[in-house]
Amino acid sequence: MNAVKERLHPGQVGWLLLALTLVTLPHVERLPWWVTLLAVMLLAWRVYITWHALHMPPKWLLFIIAGGTVGGIYIHYGRLMGRDSGVTLLVVMLALKLLEMAALRDAMVLVFLCYFLVITNFLYSQSIPTALYLLVVVWVITATLIGFQFRQQQPGYRYQFRSAGFMLLQSIPLMLVLFVLFPRISGPLWGMPQDALSGTTGLSDEMSPGSVSKLLTSDAVALRASFRSEVPRPNQLYWRGPVMWDFDGYTWSASRLGNQLQREVERSGTPIEYTVTVEPHSRRWLFALDLPTRAPAPARLTGDFQLLNPTPVTRRTRYEMTSSPAWRDNAELSNYERQRALALPGRSNPRTAALAERMRKNAVDDRAYANAVLSMFRTQNFYYTTTPPLLGGNPVDEFLFSTQAGFCEHYASAFAVLMRAGGVPARVVTGYQGGEINYVGSYLTVRQADAHAWTEVWFKDSGWTRVDPTGAVSPNRVESGVASAVPQSESLPRQLRGEYEWLQRARMTWDSVTNTWNQTVLEYTQERQFQLMERAGIDNVTWQKLATVMFMLATAITLAVGLLMLVRLRAQRPDPLVRAYARFCAKLARHGVTRHPSEGPVAFSRRAGTMLPAMREAIEQISAYYVELRYGPTATDAGVKDLMTRIRALPAP
Amino acid sequence: MHREKIDNVVKHISQVILGKERQIRLAVACLLARGHLLIEDIPGVGKTTLAHTLAVVLGLQFQRIQFTSDLLPADILGVSIYERESGRFRFHPGPIFSQVILADEVNRATPKTQSALLEAMEEHQVTAEGETRPLPEPFFVIATQNPSNQIGTFPLPESQLDRFLMRIELGYPDAGAERALLQGADRRDLLPKLTPCLLPEELAAAQTAARAVHVSGALLDYLQALVDYSRKSPDYVSGLSPRAALALLAAARAWALMEGRNQVLPEDLQAIVPGVVGHRLFVARDSTRINGAAVSENLIEAVPIP
Repeated sequence: MNAVKERLHPGQVGWLLLALTLVTLPHVERLPWWVTLLAVMLLAWRVYITWHALHMPPKWLLFIIAGGTVGGIYIHYGRLMGRDSGVTLLVVMLALKLLEMAALRDAMVLVFLCYFLVITNFLYSQSIPTALYLLVVVWVITATLIGFQFRQQQPGYRYQFRSAGFMLLQSIPLMLVLFVLFPRISGPLWGMPQDALSGTTGLSDEMSPGSVSKLLTSDAVALRASFRSEVPRPNQLYWRGPVMWDFDGYTWSASRLGNQLQREVERSGTPIEYTVTVEPHSRRWLFALDLPTRAPAPARLTGDFQLLNPTPVTRRTRYEMTSSPAWRDNAELSNYERQRALALPGRSNPRTAALAERMRKNAVDDRAYANAVLSMFRTQNFYYTTTPPLLGGNPVDEFLFSTQAGFCEHYASAFAVLMRAGGVPARVVTGYQGGEINYVGSYLTVRQADAHAWTEVWFKDSGWTRVDPTGAVSPNRVESGVASAVPQSESLPRQLRGEYEWLQRARMTWDSVTNTWNQTVLEYTQERQFQLMERAGIDNVTWQKLATVMFMLATAITLAVGLLMLVRLRAQRPDPLVRAYARFCAKLARHGVTRHPSEGPVAFSRRAGTMLPAMREAIEQISAYYVELRYGPTATDAGVKDLMTRIRALPAP
Repeated sequence: MHREKIDNVVKHISQVILGKERQIRLAVACLLARGHLLIEDIPGVGKTTLAHTLAVVLGLQFQRIQFTSDLLPADILGVSIYERESGRFRFHPGPIFSQVILADEVNRATPKTQSALLEAMEEHQVTAEGETRPLPEPFFVIATQNPSNQIGTFPLPESQLDRFLMRIELGYPDAGAERALLQGADRRDLLPKLTPCLLPEELAAAQTAARAVHVSGALLDYLQALVDYSRKSPDYVSGLSPRAALALLAAARAWALMEGRNQVLPEDLQAIVPGVVGHRLFVARDSTRINGAAVSENLIEAVPIP
C-alpha cells in the first residue's frame, strides 16, 4: 500500500482549493487581470474534474498553457525575476499544478507552496490586518495538511481545525524564539527585491501650484513622533522637509546647493527631545522639527537645515532627534547664496514684480516690507481653499491679482516671489505642519494631508527667519490644522474632520496599536536585537552567538514539548494486557497473518491456526487465555505476566 | 447445560427450516434475550413456518393472528360482551393472551391496529375497558412482514420497529437446501410430529442465565465504540439509540450463552449485530460508501476492536 500514490478524496481537493484561494486572494489586486482570470478558470476546471470524477487534462496541453503564461508574464513585466513577476509566476504555476495533481504527493507539494505564498504576501504588506489574515490562512493550510493524513474517511472540518489550531499554539514558543533571536543580517540576500517599493506617496523635491494640495486627499501616515516631555504647541510643529531655492516662474525646486558649511545659530529655549518614525517615501529627506540641532547617523544636516539620508528612505526608519524651539541665525549670507535666494526668471510674473517694487519703496526696511505684504494678504480678499482654481503661465500674477484663492503653496510661492522681487532673500520650505495627538498611545501622528509649505526670509538682523504667509490668511491652519481652515464643503480625509467621539477614540486606539506593532515587531532591527541581548547579559553580541543561543533554545523547547507529549502518551498507554495482545498480533503478522482491526480474538485465532498449523496449539492457547483475561470476570497481573511469557515463547519467523 | 438444550432446539427447528441455521440461532437468541422478533421477507420463504416451529419446539402456547387491513384493535386484545344471564359485561380475551403470538403480515393492518399490538409487546399487559390485564409469561411476539414496497402495506414507523429486538431476513434457500425441500415432505406436515424439547422452566432458567453472562469493561468499550461510530459517521441517517445499545448487549449475552460461554466476546456482539442493527440504522442517501444491504457488515468493518 503506497500512501503517496493514493488518489485524493474530493474533500481533500476541496480543502486544497480553499487554502489556495485564500492565500492568493490578497495578491489578486496586484496580479495582471488575465492572470487572475486564468487562475480562476484553472480552479474551476479542477472543481469540474473533481465533481464529475473525470481524467486530468493531457500533459502537452498543460505545457502549452504554462509556456504561454510564462511568455505573457515576460511581456507584461519585462522580466521573470523580481517580486511582482515572481509572485505572478508562482500563482500561475500553482493553479496549473492543480491540474496534474492526481496523487497525494502532488497535493503535498501544493500545500508547501501555499505556505511559501503566505510569505510572499509579506513582501507587499506587513500590517496587522495582513498578519492576522495570513495567520488564519496558515491555520486553514495546516488543517488541509491534517486532512491529508486520513485516507477515504475524512475526519470532518471541526477535527481538522481543532488539531491545526492546537499545532499552531504549540509552535508559539518556537516562533517567539525565532523572532527574537534569528540573526538580522542586512544584505542583499535578506533585503527586499528591487521593485519592492514603488508608488509610495509623499512630498516631492518640486513644488508647483497644486502639488501640496494634492496630498490633502491622502490619509496615509507620513511620520509618527513621540516626545520625551510635553508635545509642543501646534504653532511650533513645523516638520522641516525639502528646502527650495530655485524658481522657474512656475515651479520651485530643491536642487542641492554646493558644499554648504554648518551655519552658526544661537539657540534658545528648552530643547525638544523626541523620536521620529518616518514611513518610507522613496526620497532622501528625514523630517525634524524646526530647528534640528544635529543629524541622526547616517544622515547629514545641510546648511539649510535639511536632514538628508545617504540613500532614499525605502523602509520605515526610526531616529532620535533634538530640536530647538527658538533660534537666531547669526551667520552671514554668502554671495552665492544671496544670488540664488534672489534669483527670479526674467520675464515671468511682471505685475508681481511691479507690485513688489512699489511696496518696497513705501517700506522703511526689509522687515517692514515683509509685514506689509503679510498685511496685504490679511486685509485683501485672499482666502484659503483646498480646491484653488487652476493657474496658467504666470501663476503668481494670476494668484495675486485675479483668483486670490489658494492653498499654502500658493501663498508661500507668492510671498517668496514678492520678497525676491523686492530684493529680500527668500526661500520656500516644504514639510508638514501640525499633526494629531494620539491620546491612547501619547504620540503625534502626522499624515500626508498635513503637508505644508512656508517661507524663510533673510533679514540683516536675524538671518534666516521663518515667515508663514498662510498663517496671515488663515491662522486656523497653523493653530488647529487643515480641517478647521477650509470650508466644510471641501473634501478632506475623514480623519481630519471632527467626528463622533467613540469613532475618534477607536481610530486613535487602532493607530496606537499599529504604531506599537511598527515599533516593536517590524522595527525589531539588528541594533535593537543586540541591545536586548546585552540587557539579557550577553556581551559582545555577534550573529553567530545569536544563532547559537537560538538553536540551543529552540532545541530545548522542542525537547520540552516532545517530552510533555511523550508523558501524555504514556498516560494514555493501553494497559499491559492490551499491549501483550498487540505484541502477539504483531508477531503473527510477521508470520504473514495480519489481524484486521475489527477481527475478534477467537475468529483471529481460528484463522491464524489454520494458516499456521505448526503453531496452532500455542496460538489457540494464548488466544483463549487472552479472552479469559480480557473478557472474563477475573483478570490478574500474574495472568498477564504469564500471557506475556507465552507470547514471548512463540517462535519468530 | 443450557448449551446442549438450546443446540437441540436449534437442531429440531433446522429439520423443518432447511439451510437457515444462522437465522434460526438468531431467532432463538432473540427469544432468550426476552425480545420480540420481526421476520421480513417476501412471501413463501418460510416465515410463518419458522414462527410456528419455534413455538412448538419451545413447548409454548401458540396463537396466530393474520393481519389484514380491516383488523381492529379489539380483534387482537379482546372485547367485553354483555351477558344476559348475569346482566354484566364479560371480557373475552383476544388472541394476544398467548405465549407466542405470530403476527402474520403485520404491515397489512392499519397503524391503529399495529400500535395496539406493539403497545402490548412493550408493556407485557393489555388495558381494555379500563382494566389492566397481564399477559402470560413468557410473552414472545414473532411478527412477519412483507417488504414495504409491496402493494397494500402500511410500513411500520421507525419508533415501532425499535420495539423488536431483532429483525431477520430469511432469504432464498441455497440449492442443496432447496433440493432437500423439494424432495421431502410438506414442511407443514412435519409440524404436528414435532415435540417440545424444552420445558417452560428450562426456558425461564435459560433466559435468567442469559442475563447473568459476564460482560467485561473491554467489551463495553467495544459496544460503545460501535454505537459511537454509528452516531458520528456521516453514512447513517441517525445513530443507534441507547435502547439499541441495550438491545445489542442483551442479544450478545444470549448469543454467548448459546455458544456455551460465560462471558461475552466481541465475536458474540458481531454475530448479533446484523439482527439488531438492520432495522435501526439507515444509510444516508448521499453515502457513497455503503449500499443498504451491507449496513451491519460495514459497521463491524469500520470499528476496530479496542
